[in-house]
This record gives sequence, C-alpha cells and structure tokens, in this order.
Amino acid sequence: MIEAQEVVRSTCPYCGVGCQIDMYIKEDQIFRVEAPFDVAPNFGRLCAKGRFGIDFVQHPSRLKKPLIRKDIGESPRKAVGLEGFREATWEEALDLAAEKLAAIVAQHGGDAVGTFCSAKATNEDNYIFQKLVRGVLGTNNVDHCARLCHAASVAGLQLTIGSSAMSNSIAEMKDLDAFIVTGSNTTETHPVISTFLREAVVRNGAKLAVIDPRQIEMTEFADHWLRQKPGTDVAIFQAMAHVIVHEELYNSDFIDDRTEGFGEYAKSLADCTPEWAEGLSGVPADQIRDAARMYANAERAAIYWGMGISQSVHGTDNAVSLANLALITGHIGKPGTGLNPLRGQNNVQGCSDSGGLPNVFPGYQLVNDPDIRGKFENDWGIQLNPDVGLTTMEMVDAAEQGGIKAYFVMGENPMMSEPDLRHARHVMASLEFVLLQDIFFNETAEYADIILPATSFAEKAGTFTNSDRRVQLIRPAVPAPGEARDDWVILSELAQRLETELGREESAGFEFDDPSAIWDEMARLTPDFQGISHARLQREDGVHWPCPSEDHPGTPYLFEDDFPSGRGRLTPLDYRPSAELPNDEYPFILSTGRVLYHWHGGTMTRRSKLEDIYPEPTVEVHPNDAENLGIAAGDWIKVRSRRGEIQVRTLVTERSPTGTVFIPFHFAEAAANELTLDARDPQAKIPDYKMSAVALEKLN
Amino acid sequence: MTVKLSIDGKPVSVAEGTTLMEAARKIDVDTPVICYHEATTSEGLCRQCVVEVDGWRVLAPACVTPVSQDMHVHTDSERVQHARRTILEMLNATVDLSQAPDLQIQMDDYQADRQRFPNAQVRDAQVLDDNPFYVRDYEKCVMCWRCVQACGDDLQFTYSLSTGGRGYESKISTFFDAPMPETTCVFCGNCVAVCPSNALVSKTEFFMDQGLNYDQIRQEKRKQRKQMPRK
Repeated sequence: MIEAQEVVRSTCPYCGVGCQIDMYIKEDQIFRVEAPFDVAPNFGRLCAKGRFGIDFVQHPSRLKKPLIRKDIGESPRKAVGLEGFREATWEEALDLAAEKLAAIVAQHGGDAVGTFCSAKATNEDNYIFQKLVRGVLGTNNVDHCARLCHAASVAGLQLTIGSSAMSNSIAEMKDLDAFIVTGSNTTETHPVISTFLREAVVRNGAKLAVIDPRQIEMTEFADHWLRQKPGTDVAIFQAMAHVIVHEELYNSDFIDDRTEGFGEYAKSLADCTPEWAEGLSGVPADQIRDAARMYANAERAAIYWGMGISQSVHGTDNAVSLANLALITGHIGKPGTGLNPLRGQNNVQGCSDSGGLPNVFPGYQLVNDPDIRGKFENDWGIQLNPDVGLTTMEMVDAAEQGGIKAYFVMGENPMMSEPDLRHARHVMASLEFVLLQDIFFNETAEYADIILPATSFAEKAGTFTNSDRRVQLIRPAVPAPGEARDDWVILSELAQRLETELGREESAGFEFDDPSAIWDEMARLTPDFQGISHARLQREDGVHWPCPSEDHPGTPYLFEDDFPSGRGRLTPLDYRPSAELPNDEYPFILSTGRVLYHWHGGTMTRRSKLEDIYPEPTVEVHPNDAENLGIAAGDWIKVRSRRGEIQVRTLVTERSPTGTVFIPFHFAEAAANELTLDARDPQAKIPDYKMSAVALEKLN
Repeated sequence: MTVKLSIDGKPVSVAEGTTLMEAARKIDVDTPVICYHEATTSEGLCRQCVVEVDGWRVLAPACVTPVSQDMHVHTDSERVQHARRTILEMLNATVDLSQAPDLQIQMDDYQADRQRFPNAQVRDAQVLDDNPFYVRDYEKCVMCWRCVQACGDDLQFTYSLSTGGRGYESKISTFFDAPMPETTCVFCGNCVAVCPSNALVSKTEFFMDQGLNYDQIRQEKRKQRKQMPRK
C-alpha cells in the first residue's frame, strides 16, 4: 500500500463544476485523487476525468523549455511540428516576443494585435493578461473560449435580466421540485452536477423535463422527454410560454413587481400554440403542454442548459425564451429556482469575471464608460483605449482582412475549437506574428513563432471560479516540468519588456510577489470581489461572488430583490430557421459535442489514461440511417460537408434521431470542426456548432 | 422532541430519530465501524459498531438504532469488546485485510487473535482487471456494500454494481458478471473512494505498489489497452 508523503487540496481542472480534490503524492507523483465528503460543491463526488484523468500533468510531452520557430519571419507561415522549433532560453524568447509584438504595435497600433486568454488559467493569470493587453498593448482585443460556448447565454440574459452568470448554486439542486434540462448532456459534460440532479429525481421525487434531440442519459430519469428537431428550440419554449399564459399558470405578483412588457409579450405569443410548435419541432403538442404545466405549477423550478441552447445562430433567442419562462412563472430569485447556464471550463466564469472580454474590465465594468475607465487609469497610472475590442470570431475576420497582424494565445487551442478549420488555418497562416503560451504542443502551436512553456494547475497557486460563481483555491502539488513558469510570471516579465520596448515612461504595474497580491489588486477595483481574499478562501474553502465586503457571506443565489437591469424584460421573439439545412447532397444534420471521457480539443485527456477507454473519433448514426447506407457498427466512414471531410468510426445507436449524426470534437486526426460552418448568432457572434449539413460515405 | 439517555454513564439529550452512533459522537465517544460511511446509507451489516443497552437481549448496532427515552447505553463493555474482537477475527480469517489500515488498528486495539480460525475457508478470487482505471481484488472485499451504495442511490445513481451469490458465495458483482466497460459504469471511481480495504484500487496505485514508476505504468497500460473492451 502506498503511503502519501503529502496530500494537497485543489480544484479540478476540467469542467465548471469546480470539484474540490485531494491529490495524494509520493515522490512528486500524484498516485490517487480523492474528494473531501464535507466540502462544497461536490461533497466527495467526482467523475472519471477528475479522479483518473489528471495524469496529463505528468505526461512526458509537457513543454519544458521556450521554443522559437526555426524559419521565423518566413511568409506565409506553414504548420510545423516540434522539429520546426529550436529550444531557447527564457531571456531570448521573452526578448524576441517583446520585440516582435512591440514592432507591430509601434507600426500598426495596439488594435493590430488579437489576444486570447484562457478559461483554463487562473483568475490571477487572466487579470494580468488583460492588464497587459489593455495597459501595455493598448487594445481591448481580448476574448476567450466563452465566445464559442456561452456567448449567446450571456447576450440573452443580459438583454432580459442584466446578468449572465448561473443564478443559483449547485448545493440547491438536490432540493428542486421540478426542473428542465435542455441542450445539456449533463451526465457527460457536468457529471457531478448530474448526480445532484438525479438525486433530486430519485430521492426527492422532483419532476424532470428533458428537451433535447438526443436520447441522453438524463432522459432515463425524466418525466417528460421532448425530442425536438435540432434547431427548433425557440418554438418549443414559445409554445410552453403560450400554454402558461393561456392557461393562466403564470405568477401575476411576480410579473407585476419584477418584470416589464408582459402585455405586449403575451400578445406576441398568440400564434405560438403547441400545435404550431409541433409542426416545426415534431414534438407532440400535448407533451409541450405537460412540460409547461410541470414547470409552471411547481413550487420551485429551475432551468439548466448547455451548449445545445447557446451554440446556435439563434442562441440568443434560445436564452431569451428561457428567461421569459422564468420571468412569467417567478421561478427566479429564490432558492431551488433560476436560470442556470452550466459553464464548460473550470474557470470560464472566472476568465470572464477577470476581464477576459473585449467590452469589459474585471467584474463586467464597461471599458467605454468614462468613469469606470478613469478608475482603472488612476489605479494603473496610464491611459487606456476607450474603444470596445473585437470578439474571437471578429478577430479572425480582421486577421483575414489584414487589420490584425499578430495573435497572442494563452492556454487556448483555436485550431481545434474554431468552426470551419480549413478557413481558420488559412487565416492563421497569413499573420505576421504568433505568440503562444501553453502546457502542451497543440494544433495551434504548429502555427506559432514563439512558444512559452507554462505550468499546469497542479504546479501553481491561484483561484478558479466555478459555474455557480464560487471562487476556490488551487495549490501547487508537484514541481513544474523543466523550465516551465506560471502564466502570471511569464506575463509580468513579458509586460515589463514590452513597456521598455515601447518606451513607456510609466509602468502599469506588473510587480507582484504572488497570486494573492494580484487577486487583491483585482478585488480593489471590482466591487463584487472586494470581500474575497486568498486568506479568506483558505479559511472558508470557497465564496460565491458577489461578495462586496469581508463580513458578507457571499451570494449562492442571485436576484432575491431585483435584477441588475431593474425589472426583468419580457421579450417577444420570432422563430427563425437554422443557417444550413440538409438537402439532397448533404442529407444529414451534424451536431457536435463532448463525450464523458474527453475534454474539448483533447490536449489534456488524450494525454491521460482516459484515452485508453475512448481512443478513436466516432460518429453516432441511427440504425435506420446505417441500414439505408449499408454501414455496420464499427465501420470507418467518411463524413463530408461543404467545408471539409473527416474519417470516423461508426457507433450505431438510437441516441441520435434519424437524419442527425453526432460527432465529438476531441480528435485532432478527425476534427469535427473541419465540417462545421462559421454562421453566427447576430447578437452574440457565437458560431453554430450544432447544425451543419453533411453527407456520409462508406469507405472501402 | 428531545430524547434523554445515558451513554457510558454520561447524560445526553438529542432529537428524536438520532442514531446511537450520532448521539455518542456528541459526547466524543466514537464507535468503531467497518461498513458505515458518512456518505452512504447505514445498513447495519457488519455489527462492528454494536453497543450494549440495559435490558436488551441482544447488542444493538449503533449506526441504525435510534435513541429512545431513558436508554442506558454502554459502548465499550466486555460483551461489546468480545463481539467486536470476534467479528475482526472471523473477517481476518477469510479476507485479506492487509490493505485495510483502519481494520489493522482495530485488531490491535481489541487484541484480536489473527490466527484464531486457522482452518477457515479463505476467500479466493481472481483480480479483475478489465478497465483502464481501477482493478477489483475481491480477496480483499469485506462485503460492506459501500461501493454498491455509492454506485446507486447514495452518490452516483449509475447502478452498475450489485450484490450477487448467496451465503458464503455472496459477492459484489455486476449484472451477469459483465466486465465494467460493458455495464453502465462511468468510471467515476466513487466506489473506489469509499472502499475500506483496497479491494477497489486505482490502477496507478496498483502498479506503483508493484514498484513500477510513472513511465513504466504508462507502457504497461499501453500493452493492456489492446486487450480491453472499450466503452
């Protein structure tokens, strides 16, 4: 039996649940991961990724030294493997990175640089990142993967209630009376949250309606499963609202006290009958009625959703229509209710909170508000750019048109995560300079000029903020590989070199002793974080923001008294069809997503033992479709769209409906985003990853 | 309603429905356990937490016995100690407890004779190594059911583990003894976490225990990968 020399408490690096883990260590090796049974949010529960999948931190292919591209300066840049790079000292790599970036800023201005911060890095790393971008490069072109995941939820919720975070906490889930899960394959994407939702059903008799085209595991626990045609979500939610309004199941007091626009909204629903929705979605009208009654009549009811709602050309409308349901029933602002977009990455909430967005400083303070900007200018002692920056996909557009000359990417892998990868690679090849900071050599690294090796979550200190706004600590457990450095350290050194290169007289301030000092600076400038410090987190395990003062207990659920927008705005909507529909040439709908055993671009999980159980790219095909095409389970087939093609192994299953195929996007050798299209939601600018047209071909 | 009782001569007041174990913990008296776990439902299987109650014919399992008015409870009487010692001796005679540190401590505490039943039929089971994440070595299984409960209604709601067989042959199993990847198992490992005797153990730990280092473990696993069923 192995005796641990040390047990280190930290926060799981995978999804937004933010499970607390104890890493058992002997001779610098993590040999066991457990979870404390008495600590939120997971109370001892873990999933396969958290318990068995963090061995990626010890994978031999971790980046250990700074790397510089051998043919740096050649245009157009070509994708090269590790052999296309040479090892360099930190001095050389940082000097060269600063020189190259400064030259582009000096010649074209800061707005010629596009930057991507990281929902996998800490709040402190991201705070320093956006400080470097805004305070040194002089641009607000900073964005991250939230743009590709919950941007539409953010836009929809901002529009209706003025705040976009998950409104209620994970701890409230097991006490629900009724809830809706839609566009979230919860058991695979937020496995530990799914256990609490199942607990509500199994142990407390909560009613569940699943609204999802795929027969996900949560349907086994559901009272109502509404299997809509992909892309017809708005019709279902509008029809549910129609039922609630026409059967007068709404909460008049809440509507009077807390919302505006009910009259007009109710009128707009007149034609949205369940029969109308049945015609569009294929869901029987009575099922829609039953689900609406279940939700409206419950004492406390909540809505949980994921990428199926937001990754759509009408993602904002989807989120708005869900917010409308909560507002007319009053299922918000109380425990066990709420509008709950389940966040994907471990720190995607925190990365947004820390200012990793083109329009806001930390704490969602607008960059184009002169008072707010003045506060940051005062504190940092420099002038700031007043113009809102570009979003992820707008940066791609700008790079294509020549407005953006350089990318700075920290801990992201856009060459796996962006839609229409062939186009994305073409754009990447045209850039003048690409700087990358990561823990592994990933698909984006093939296009980098300089690669800076960073430490993983298991080697550094800082905080992650989980899906329910709970700020939690990570702690160093094992030594960093080779010369890898913490992200915030690399950023501080780079920022100071850039300031010198650019001839700045005043530094914006990049000298910090440790991450807790960075947090303190952010908290000083951000009212919602002012009551939180690393010392407090050490004592209390975690605190839910908003937390304005030291003696404030934190806020597990939001909107008890009012919404940030004052009253909740009930918003009429029109149903719009999707951007690319199947035709004779491309007869199938392709939906992309995740599986339990892998994580996003696969950079981490494919270097862990999780790879052993799910080693190959797959496609889910319905038995009827498989039979028509003469495809058998396990066959390798070609999947083709107007953008590209990939080869994947067939899973014949009734999980996906006839006419729809599902491909996980984890596998670089068969990247699902070769097929997806870059059609965006007009408000949120999020691409539609759930709906492109493809053809299937048998391979010989 | 408040219930008054005495535990080891000390008066205790607790709410109705409190178990004897919880009541005892209020006055810092701990009963030893084998099957009990804070995160799983108590079933009173192992009887290691038994206590003596004045006027009762049999010993009472503290984890599931609710308090009642004017009860007089003895948590460490000679009869209790004898029962606990015998339970440990019988368990040790049939099951490999070498990796159950808490039970080793209990055997020392209760001065159990590790050789008391030399002719007992020892549990004999193959190590089940059918997935990339953990192994199942049922020679070490004390049949506490915690893993079944963790997999079911107490933690995970996945229901891939169950009890099988009867009497001496009873064991923890899957439906039709299927290998784990062919069951509903999602490899959360919550069963591994609650196992008291390392019958369920993570593979990294299992290999490290055999003296392999990280790189050797990776290679060992790569060799095995081809032979294993996939999810």
